[in-house]
Amino acid sequence: APQPGDGYGLGRSALAEEIAAWDVDVLPDGRGLPEGRGDVFTGEEKFAEACASCHGDFAEGVGNWPVLAGGFDTLARKDPVKTVGSYWPYLSTVWDYVHRSMPFGQAQTLSDDDVYAIVAYILYSNDLVDEDFELSHENFADVEMYNADGFVVDDRPEREYTGWRVDPCMENCKETVSITMRSTFLDVTPEDGGESVM
Amino acid sequence: MNRKLTSTSRRAFLRGSAAMAAGGLAGAAGANGADPLITETQDWAIYTGAGVDETPYGLPIRFEEDVVRRNVEWLTASPISSINFTPIHALDGTITPQGCAFERHHSGAIELRKEDYRLMINGLVATPLVFDYTDIERFPRENHVYFCECAANTGMEWAGAQLNGVQFTHGMIHNMEYTGVPLRTLLNEAGLGAAGDLADKWVYVEGADASSNGRSIPMEKALDDVLVAFKANGEALRMEHGYPVRLVVPGWEGNMWVKWLRRIEVTDMAVGSREETSKYTDVYEDGTARKWTWVMDAKSVITSPSPQSPVRHGHGPMVISGLAWSGHGQITRVDVSRDGGMSWETARLGKQGDSKALTRFYLDTTWSGEEMLLQSRAMDETGYVQPTKTQLREQRGENSVYHNNCIQTWYVNAEGVAENVEVS
Repeated sequence: APQPGDGYGLGRSALAEEIAAWDVDVLPDGRGLPEGRGDVFTGEEKFAEACASCHGDFAEGVGNWPVLAGGFDTLARKDPVKTVGSYWPYLSTVWDYVHRSMPFGQAQTLSDDDVYAIVAYILYSNDLVDEDFELSHENFADVEMYNADGFVVDDRPEREYTGWRVDPCMENCKETVSITMRSTFLDVTPEDGGESVM
Repeated sequence: MNRKLTSTSRRAFLRGSAAMAAGGLAGAAGANGADPLITETQDWAIYTGAGVDETPYGLPIRFEEDVVRRNVEWLTASPISSINFTPIHALDGTITPQGCAFERHHSGAIELRKEDYRLMINGLVATPLVFDYTDIERFPRENHVYFCECAANTGMEWAGAQLNGVQFTHGMIHNMEYTGVPLRTLLNEAGLGAAGDLADKWVYVEGADASSNGRSIPMEKALDDVLVAFKANGEALRMEHGYPVRLVVPGWEGNMWVKWLRRIEVTDMAVGSREETSKYTDVYEDGTARKWTWVMDAKSVITSPSPQSPVRHGHGPMVISGLAWSGHGQITRVDVSRDGGMSWETARLGKQGDSKALTRFYLDTTWSGEEMLLQSRAMDETGYVQPTKTQLREQRGENSVYHNNCIQTWYVNAEGVAENVEVS
C-alpha cells in the first residue's frame, strides 16, 4: 500500500488552458492581471449599463445594495461607511472581485477591458483619479489606495488572550445588577419568531 | 411535590389537550380527575400507523414545525447573498440536523453534480492536478466533529440587545461529524517541493459558485487539521452546505469553510481577496481594522430558557441548558449565573466535547418563580474565559461586526418569559 507522502497516483495533470480558465485571482502586487486597459469615460458607460441599477449612477449605492464610493474618514464614527475608497486596502481586490463575481447574477460576463474601465470609474467616483484617467496593467501598481495602511494583523493574542486567561470570579462578583438595554424595546425580531425559510 | 397549576398552565389546560401536550402538562391533569388520555382508548392504540414503504427519506413529525431555519429579511439586501439561522433554541445534544443547519451564501446555493465536479490544485506545486469526485473518495479519509460558526454570529448585538431569540442572536452555527480527506494529503499529492520554505506560504481556496468566496489560509493551518469533506453526519453534504465537496477549517470563522470547493492554489502571499479585506475584517474604535482574525474564540449561550423557549412548566425542577464551543480546542468548564453575573455555579457537561466542536452543558436546578438574569460563561483548554460585552467593547468598540463572543443575558420574569437584555 502507498504511504502518505509517496503520493497515491490519483488525479491527473492540469492542462495550461484549464489553469488559465480557473486561476484568475490577482495578488496585491498586481501579479495575475491580464493585459488590458480602460478609461473613466468608458467605465462610466459600462457602469451605467451593468452596475448602476444596484450601486447607483455615482457608485453611491441604491437601497440596501453596497455603497462603493465615499465614506472617507468615517471609520472611527458610530456608523462607519466602508467603501472601496474609504476602506479597501488593495486595488487588486477591486479588479479581481468585479471580474470574478460581478455583476451580481451575471458574474464573469465582463471582458478584461470592461473591468479595467469599471475599476477606473470606481476610482474616479472616489475622487482618487481624474476624469481623463485610464487604468491598465501597466500603471495598475501606481494607484494608491486611501486605506492601504488601515489594517493590523490579528492582535487578539497579545491584546486580549493574555488578560482573559484568568481564574474567573464565582461569588460576590458585582455589588448590584440592573438591566441597561432590552431587545423588546427595538421590536425588530421577525413576528412569530421569524420568517420560516421553508 | 407542588402540582398546583400556574396561571399560564391553567389557561393551557382550558385550551385542551393539544396545548397541554405542547406545554408538557400531562402529569398535572391528575388534579382534575382521571386523565382521558389514559382512561379513554386513543385512535393510535386502535388503528394502524404509517407503513415502512411510505417515507423513503423522512422529515420531522409535523408537531416540530417550529424547528426550522429562519431568516431576518432586513439584515441583507438580497436573500441570495444572505444568512439564515439554526433553531438552536429547540435542539439538544451537539449534532446539528443538516436539514435545519444554517446557510450562508454569497450567490445562492448552487446545484453541482458529482459528475460535473472538478477540484484543481495549482500554484507553487510540483504537478498541478485535477481531481474528479471519485478521486477524492479514494484517498484515506478521517472523521471529525467540528462547529462551523459564521464570523458574524451575534454581530447584530454589538451595539445593544437587538434580536429577541437565541436562534437569531446565536444561530449562525452548526456542528457536524465530517468525513473527508486531510488537505495535506491532497497538497502532498501535487507536491510541495516547488514551494520551498513553507513557513511563509499560503493556500488560496475558492468555490465553484459565482461569488467564489476565495480566502487565503496560512500553510501551517492547511497542513494541520483542514479537511476536504464530502460527507456530514453520515450522508452526502446538503446542496446548501457545499455538495459534493466543501472545506472544513476547524475552529476558524465559517467564511473560510469554502463550499463547492473547486480550486486550491499554493501562493507566496495572501491574495487579499474581497472576503478578507472588505469583509471579515474587524474595525476598531479608532478606525483601524484587524485582518486575518481567523480563530473563533470561546463562547457559550443558554438555549433554554431563552426568548423562544420560555419556562412553561411552573415552579420546581428546571433544566438550564446550553451550548459552549471554542476554536482553540476543548471546552473545559461552563459556569452559569442566575443573577446577572453576581454569582456563578459550575454547570455539568453533557459529555466532554470534542476539540473545536460544540459542547452541551446543563445546570439542573429548581425555580420558584423568582426573576432571573441568566448568563453562561465558557472556559477552554487554554484557560481563556469568555468575556462580557463590556470587556469586548473596551477592546474593540462597537463596529467590529464580527467575532462577538460576549456573555449573553436572558431576563426571565415571574411568568417564565425570557427576553434578550444587557445588564450593568
